[in-house]
Amino acid sequence: MKISVTVDGERLGAVAGQTVAGLLMSRGRVSWRTTSRTGRPRGLFCGIGVCFDCLVTVNGLSDVRACQRRVADGDVVETGAVDER
Amino acid sequence: MESSDVVIVGAGIVGAAVARRLALGGFRVTVLDRGASAGGTSSSGEGNLLVSDKGPGAELDLAVLSGRRWAEFAAELPAELGPGFPDIEFEAKGGLVVATTATGADALLAFADTQRSAGVDARPVTAAEAAELEPDLTPRVAAAVFYPDDAQVQPSVATEALLASARRHGARLRQGVTVLGGVVSGGRLVGVDTTAGRFGAEHTVVAAGPWSAEVAGNFGVRLPVLPRRGTVVVTTRMPRRIRHKVYDADYVGAVESELAALQTSSVVESTAAGTVLIGSSRERRGFDERIEAAVVGELAAKALILFPFLADVPVMRAYGGFRPFVPDHLPVIGPDPRLPGLWHATGHEGAGIGLSVGTAELIGALMTGVEPEIPAAPFAVTRESLRKVTTG
Amino acid sequence: MSVDVLVIGAGPAGLAAARAARRAGARVVLLDSSDVLGGQFWRQPLAGGSDADIRALQHKWDRFVALRRVLTDDPDCEIVTGAQVWAVDRRDDAPPVVHALVGPADGGDRRRRVFVPRALVLATGAHERTLPFPGWDLPGVYTAGAAQAMAKGEGVAVGKRVLVAGTGPFLLPVAASLLHVGATVVGVVEASSWRRIARGWVPRPHELRPKDLMSKSAELGGYVRALAARRVPYRTGAAVLAAHGDSRVTAVTVARIADDWTPRQGTEQRVEADAVCVSHGFVPRTEIAISAGCALAADGSVRVDEEQRTSVPGVYAAGEITGIGGADLALAEGEAAGRAAAGRAGGAAEVARHRAFADRMHSAHGIRPGWKAWVGDDTIVCRCEEVTAGQLRTVLAATETRGLRSLKLSSRAGLGICQGRICGRNVEDLLPDAPLDPGRTANRPIVVPVRLGEIAAPPVEREV
Repeated sequence: MKISVTVDGERLGAVAGQTVAGLLMSRGRVSWRTTSRTGRPRGLFCGIGVCFDCLVTVNGLSDVRACQRRVADGDVVETGAVDER
Repeated sequence: MESSDVVIVGAGIVGAAVARRLALGGFRVTVLDRGASAGGTSSSGEGNLLVSDKGPGAELDLAVLSGRRWAEFAAELPAELGPGFPDIEFEAKGGLVVATTATGADALLAFADTQRSAGVDARPVTAAEAAELEPDLTPRVAAAVFYPDDAQVQPSVATEALLASARRHGARLRQGVTVLGGVVSGGRLVGVDTTAGRFGAEHTVVAAGPWSAEVAGNFGVRLPVLPRRGTVVVTTRMPRRIRHKVYDADYVGAVESELAALQTSSVVESTAAGTVLIGSSRERRGFDERIEAAVVGELAAKALILFPFLADVPVMRAYGGFRPFVPDHLPVIGPDPRLPGLWHATGHEGAGIGLSVGTAELIGALMTGVEPEIPAAPFAVTRESLRKVTTG
Repeated sequence: MSVDVLVIGAGPAGLAAARAARRAGARVVLLDSSDVLGGQFWRQPLAGGSDADIRALQHKWDRFVALRRVLTDDPDCEIVTGAQVWAVDRRDDAPPVVHALVGPADGGDRRRRVFVPRALVLATGAHERTLPFPGWDLPGVYTAGAAQAMAKGEGVAVGKRVLVAGTGPFLLPVAASLLHVGATVVGVVEASSWRRIARGWVPRPHELRPKDLMSKSAELGGYVRALAARRVPYRTGAAVLAAHGDSRVTAVTVARIADDWTPRQGTEQRVEADAVCVSHGFVPRTEIAISAGCALAADGSVRVDEEQRTSVPGVYAAGEITGIGGADLALAEGEAAGRAAAGRAGGAAEVARHRAFADRMHSAHGIRPGWKAWVGDDTIVCRCEEVTAGQLRTVLAATETRGLRSLKLSSRAGLGICQGRICGRNVEDLLPDAPLDPGRTANRPIVVPVRLGEIAAPPVEREV
């Protein structure tokens, strides 16, 4: 089933059941956050919800693991450094 | 046999502060700990340096003295320990005590009055002023008092800093060494037997926090220090939205309570790293380490009363520790006349981080025969309010 | 519904435990944090996968389908997916009370459920251990498990030119999965030498049942053929010593290493790659077990007896949390644990035979101390708090503490949002002296971050 998700203001088509990380990586993104201390880029690392490197903001809630959260129709995903907003 | 002038049992913040003070005073000091430095109570609290929770009396005097010493120490430290040493994160950020009910408001304002009469800077603020101090604070403020002298340190680093400073002045630290018993000669404690052999000393200072009763027991002395459980939860990092230490007015009541059952009240503050610490529960349940969901949940609920925005913030860590609890809520500081050579520096409950450096001042003065800056008698182990539990 | 046996984790061990407990007549609740059953081993897209994908990516799939069918058709087995256990309350001489939030991962509005089971089976699995090396925090460096999860669960290749490195048989299926989803695998680099691998696997073949040996050999042989057909070079006795790039990986340095994993000077080669997938073994996920009060073995896994009993009455453990041994062992342990949790005995001998296999794997592929020579002063050790090995050493020298807790609080290594899951073991290994409070990095009473608003309200249901 095709659904629609907004990522950083851009409307994207997605497949129901895809994780946020799956969606971002299928579109070629390898990093979507910068670290709070030195501003280094980060994206997926462990892929199973353990390392918390891949955090995104979903529907206004920060610190959501992109590799664990499945997209739902109408979700608003924001990437970037949570603690620099 | 190794020998020193002073053996200190316990490498937590109190032992570290006493070691530094005595080493600076020319004593040869050895600090023993059965575990690692800063491994117990000192690394399981918030790092409070508070006057706001103390009513007039001896503990407040000690807190005021300690506050001055902390400011000096924080200023001296970077030069003394060098740039490689981690920051103790001393911050004189001030505390804001908030009552959200009419009853709480009356009690808070009355308490602040008594504190002011004792010289504490306790400033009642309006709801609008409170909102200016803390923009994300609940609008339901019935009364609020601002205490500019409340401050904070990172307690584990502060302990290590005091120990490092003590070492620079000649003190020695032995970790992983357990005290097994006292060496008594001519009715006087002249050293300790340990898992690493005998350590001779003219003075032995028990600074073992909630384990002090056990250590004193090894010397045949009864010491009424019991563990009181405290739990703190920590959020993930976020942009700083909480600027001061913020407490609900129940905190004062919980500290002074004698009840064994669980009590919680909020102490909410940001750390230098960007996390928010939420404390603190108090429960008397022996050395039981488990952390329960109900306690975490109640801490969360109380924190949301003060800062509703925290509802969406993740909590990532909970840690608990044991505070050294004394039935009359005063630390035990000074020589023990029941066994000459034995000293105590313990029983500070949840205030040991703040009171450690003042405690060290008292011990330093008493050991060198100098008049202390504040009276030491209220902290004596022989005081009337402990008579029932120290005799017999 | 009353809960006779609560099973946490729906990978091979948890599924087998749930079925065995049901066969023994117990009413079962099975929890998993994912939205689909199968765990990491049988990770699959939410909507299922094509037959071709399943044939290429899955192993023992029929076993899974059978387990899933039996359990989902069973009215006395409640399966709760999307159930994140966030805390357990230890009780005296009884299994703990288990607190879960049910709903979208890390979502703010999940349903709170509390279980008071008569018996508890922990089957929480393992996560990868990745040793640090310069550049390992660059985007494009993944755990091998991440590459596997993206391939199996999302049909996505983590890179176009991918190097797979580390140690253990797990590298092979990961490389095969990458090939299946369209990546070019530029090489598989195994740290152990052939000599050590042979020494680990070959002795005492009589300890292994021919059936197991055949099954394992066929599985690994299949991967090796798949790699050979695609001309993927397989090297042993070598390791990735650095990843290079500005904002993402563009190349890696591979070098020969000695038996103790110390790099051999002058053997460095630069390999162009846009992704590198690394695995150095697995760490049991023991948060819940530790909070429940279960005793651990020296290697950090949960200690169990021959019927999978932990040190806590009524609490059983199965699968990777009792020691890393793969899916066959997990299935056997789960079976034994489920049966024992439901009050039946028998199953120990089966488990013992499988464990012989796990021991061999450890001796052939266990981490060797020479890796510390890969780590420079400016290599990040703690990814969350960005603490380097040099900072760790400086803090240690300054404080002279022998305690992990103090070191953690002074250096901030392990204090970040992953709570030391990634760096904990590595930090412990980097210390010159064994800490006086070992294992402290594994103690996490909050199993996973949860929002304050989700836990502030008292739970609505308590299921006994």
